[in-house]
Amino acid sequence: MIEARNVWKSYGENLVLENINVKVNEGEFITLVGASGCGKSTFLNMLLGIETPSKGSLLLDGEPIKDEPEQNRGIVFQHYSVFPHMNVLENVISAKAFKQKGLTGYLLGAKRKAAKKEAEQILEQVGLSASQKKHPHELSGGMRQRLAIAQALLGQPRILLLDEPFGALDPGIRSDMHQLVLNLWKSYKLTVFMVTHDIKEGFYLGTRLWVFDKVRHDKQSPESYGANITYDLPVGKLDTDTYQKIDDRLRPKIVEKQIR
Amino acid sequence: MKKLINYQPHRTWKVLLGMLPFLVILIFYMLGSDARLAENPNDKLLPGIQQIANAIDRMALEPSKRSGEYLFWQDTSSSLIRLGLGVFFAACIGLIIGLMVGALPLASASFSPLLTVASLVPPLALLPILFIVFGLGELSKVILIMIGITPLIARDIQKRTREIPAEQLIKAQTLGANTSQIIVRVLLPQLMPRLIDAVRLTMGTAWLFLIAAEAVAATDGLGYRIFLVRRYMAMDVILPYVVWITLLAFFFDMTLAWLNRRLFPWHIERR
Repeated sequence: MIEARNVWKSYGENLVLENINVKVNEGEFITLVGASGCGKSTFLNMLLGIETPSKGSLLLDGEPIKDEPEQNRGIVFQHYSVFPHMNVLENVISAKAFKQKGLTGYLLGAKRKAAKKEAEQILEQVGLSASQKKHPHELSGGMRQRLAIAQALLGQPRILLLDEPFGALDPGIRSDMHQLVLNLWKSYKLTVFMVTHDIKEGFYLGTRLWVFDKVRHDKQSPESYGANITYDLPVGKLDTDTYQKIDDRLRPKIVEKQIR
Repeated sequence: MKKLINYQPHRTWKVLLGMLPFLVILIFYMLGSDARLAENPNDKLLPGIQQIANAIDRMALEPSKRSGEYLFWQDTSSSLIRLGLGVFFAACIGLIIGLMVGALPLASASFSPLLTVASLVPPLALLPILFIVFGLGELSKVILIMIGITPLIARDIQKRTREIPAEQLIKAQTLGANTSQIIVRVLLPQLMPRLIDAVRLTMGTAWLFLIAAEAVAATDGLGYRIFLVRRYMAMDVILPYVVWITLLAFFFDMTLAWLNRRLFPWHIERR
């Protein structure tokens, strides 16, 4: 369904991604890991349409991906993914309202009733039924991300993009969220791309793991080489050796970034 | 003994400490007034409490001998109507301009330079032009207030619009929203509390232009009265008028702040 052909991305002198060639089938769940600044978020943003490849092409069903966000590609960010001025129910209903053509994006009468019913169903599914009337600032971080996911799903995307969605959550809540995402992925038959810092997350979530890393290194000018997908592994058949190898390679970099 | 920077006053102390400077100023004023009146009972510069009370009585509680109006209330209502109209239209226009320029790169490219230049023009320098074009009536005073504060509000709203995280705009687009839907449902509601904040900040400037316009050409109004009685050195009228204007400004500020907390609880909480 999605294909990257010789995709390069650079910002001026700074080469971020070089020569990415991959194919993705409908229904895959791909986790993107790598050190900060390795280009995994850049790749996600290209799928989203807010960045474009400098060279090469990124295709969806054989057509270049449009260079603005669209309805077939849903997104959940780490922060600011929900509308702070709407309560939980209104946040989800707005997803239905935005699908209508029109100037205002408000729903009235029977349409609103139908949207409300659908919204209540999905809130039930993500476990937010009790908090319908609350505003996002009254929710915990985990609940806010549940809301963001529910909202994204009501847009009925084919592809769901997750940009470090659980990065700011406690480990206990994270495993609940993993379960939720896996369930939704199966029941909505989505294609999921998830960027994460947590290598372990990538090892048991989903169907495919991509590790972004620089193959070549120039100590004098680290910016002159870009990253590539160094590992493209099916999840589930991974041995601990490979895990250790990737972990050893990435962990020092990630820790180093976090200390800074 | 704690370090001074860590010493928090108790709540009652806080209130008392806050009142203290007012009290000190009042006492100094009365001492000065008494000293001057002891020397010359007809002194006009620092009128005593009794003289001020008489002036208030004359202006606010008795009809004017010449026109039969209660001058103080007449002045207050004229001024507030001018101020209200000016601020209201400035807020509406400022919101629309700021929103468009903040949200649409094309509008920004064509209007940002104009907005910057417009906000640099000293509005009082335009007052003669307004009097020539719109005459000496109410309209030119309202327009002066509008010209004075609209660019300030518009620039503030432009900045606030750009502060709304891009993530929200992207999210709305992935849900299928078009430009006008994003403006109406994502940007506009989030700008309303910011608009009230912007109005609060520009109220002082609005008063400035109101009083300036009234001082130059008017037949009533708070600013007109102050400048009129200045000729007779009537400090017993000027001082209560100044206090009254301050009280009104304080009241509007409190009301707008309360309105913001009341209508947009999500806005305060997020900060």
